[in-house]
Amino acid sequence: MTTKNLVLAQADPPRPGRPHKKGRLTPYVLVIPACAILILALGYPLVWQFTTSMQKFGLAQQFGQPPEFVWFDNYVTLFTDPYMWAVVARSLAFCLITAGVTMAIGTLMALLMNAVHNAVRITLQISLLLAWAMPVVAAMTVWNWLIDWRRGVLNSVLSGMGLDFQNHNWLANPMSFFLIAMVIVVWMSVPFVAFSIYAGLTQVSTEVLEAAQLDGARLSQRLRFIIVPIIRPVLAIILLLQVIWDLRVFTQIRLLQDAGSIASETNLLGTYIYQLGVGSSDFAMASAVSIFVLVLTVALSWFYVRSMLKEDDS
Amino acid sequence: MTSTVQSTGTAAVPSRTRPQRTAPPIRQQGAGSGNRSFRPGRIVLGVVGIVISLIWVFPVYWMLNSSLLPNVVLQSTTPTWLPFGGSFDNFVAVFSGGTFLPALGMSTAIAIITVVFCLLFAFLGALAISRFRFRGRKAFVLAVLLIQMLPAEGLFIAQYKLMGSLNMLNSIVGVSIIYIAAVVPFTIWMLRGFVAGVPADLEEAAMIDGLSRTQAFMRITFPLLAPGLVASGVYAFLQAWNEFTVALVLLQDNSSQTLPLWLRGFIQASASRATDWGQVMAASTLVAIPVIIFFLFVQGRMTSGLVSGAVKG
Repeated sequence: MTTKNLVLAQADPPRPGRPHKKGRLTPYVLVIPACAILILALGYPLVWQFTTSMQKFGLAQQFGQPPEFVWFDNYVTLFTDPYMWAVVARSLAFCLITAGVTMAIGTLMALLMNAVHNAVRITLQISLLLAWAMPVVAAMTVWNWLIDWRRGVLNSVLSGMGLDFQNHNWLANPMSFFLIAMVIVVWMSVPFVAFSIYAGLTQVSTEVLEAAQLDGARLSQRLRFIIVPIIRPVLAIILLLQVIWDLRVFTQIRLLQDAGSIASETNLLGTYIYQLGVGSSDFAMASAVSIFVLVLTVALSWFYVRSMLKEDDS
Repeated sequence: MTSTVQSTGTAAVPSRTRPQRTAPPIRQQGAGSGNRSFRPGRIVLGVVGIVISLIWVFPVYWMLNSSLLPNVVLQSTTPTWLPFGGSFDNFVAVFSGGTFLPALGMSTAIAIITVVFCLLFAFLGALAISRFRFRGRKAFVLAVLLIQMLPAEGLFIAQYKLMGSLNMLNSIVGVSIIYIAAVVPFTIWMLRGFVAGVPADLEEAAMIDGLSRTQAFMRITFPLLAPGLVASGVYAFLQAWNEFTVALVLLQDNSSQTLPLWLRGFIQASASRATDWGQVMAASTLVAIPVIIFFLFVQGRMTSGLVSGAVKG
């Protein structure tokens, strides 16, 4: 987070006065509590999940029968199931489109913040902060109220514009369900993106930009040859984080489903696991899908983690 | 849960310190045509900026507006844009409804347990990785970074079975354990920066001046770490307070709902029958207000806490 501060710590020389043996053990003692809770709450479930994903876990097992080990049968069943592929395709499409739209709007907002008068920028920042700060479930109740088919303000406004949206149910049709879900996720995610890119933009030196402007570089040229190369690392990391977060979107989808839509047509990976595990107690299949999601996330996160590790090294 | 939007793990903390402006001299010197259109362009952009601000803040505004209006007004076909003639009746109704306070108690207890243990565990972990070079340090840092990326959605089934076998479904402790584990990795990472910001030299100087190691720590290092601990604590609080997925799976009993689950009940009810949206919005406002206050607070704190080093001048 602060590379500058880190350098200070690493520069500190080994302390000669400290008893050697005790100092060697200290770091291990210090990490014990953190490791213990991680092993209990994440490590053990991970192992359980991995084993369960290779077992048959049906009705008989729920009544105490020992599970039967079936190796990769569950995965084979899963990946020959067209429904699973539909869910995967839906999740990927939703994630990529939402992340793309979020990045585009976030970047434009950051550029806007950079270009406008201070007062306008602060207004923009305050409203973005408010949207960002909203707890996700509270935000979802508000959005459900905005799009409510009976008395929602969205239908009122659209009808007022002369369109036929009286009593239109946005959640009934999967396409408009996902459109609404996307709008909500974009609304929630843009503040983080805009603020981060804006922070990156303030690193671009004004002198260089002025010099380029004096030399006759247009806005588009300044953008392409000066600004983008400087903020590219920030852009890459934020895009990656958006993709990872949008891939596992659960709360928004689940709560929109609660408000009345057909779950089987609107399931993404997260809600599918929930339906398998909690809804129909098929723990083996739920575990298999979970492992799939974890592998996907870890693969995507790898680049992010690598860049963070570099920060730790510096 | 592992990291929501708040987790600005990158150097992406918004800074409001350096306003960017094209210096005026250029505008005067260059009489080129591009510069003349600059001012009107800026006004147009300003208008666009204001319009976007209004659109973005509208849901939050609409929540407050509706929370103040009686149900009769909300049920009319034309929306009421301003809360004139509004009252706090909806809030009173929420409090007297009998389900809000137990959920508030549940959320508060879980959040406090999470914050306390998370800070303790993460502080020790951060101390280890920023003050010591030890075998396995690299693996520990890697694990911390990877774990914070793991989605709750990929683990909740197993955590549900774990808590079931420990007899801790619907219990405050059970959920808190999962929350602490979910928040500790990022908190370690966050505190690491703060701990590293307090040079060990400072502590040693105090020890040379006659303080014991504990005294030096309590009097020198700890106060300097306070902003970091506050920021991390608020982060942990927000995570625990807002969390939905794990709570949904582990707390299925109606009598052990946290606030997000309690709010969800209203959304579910709206699917089948006419909802008293005024009350729902009042309820949402009550859940959101502490979060908004803490969030705005930590935004500023994180920046100042990260920037101000221990050794000045």
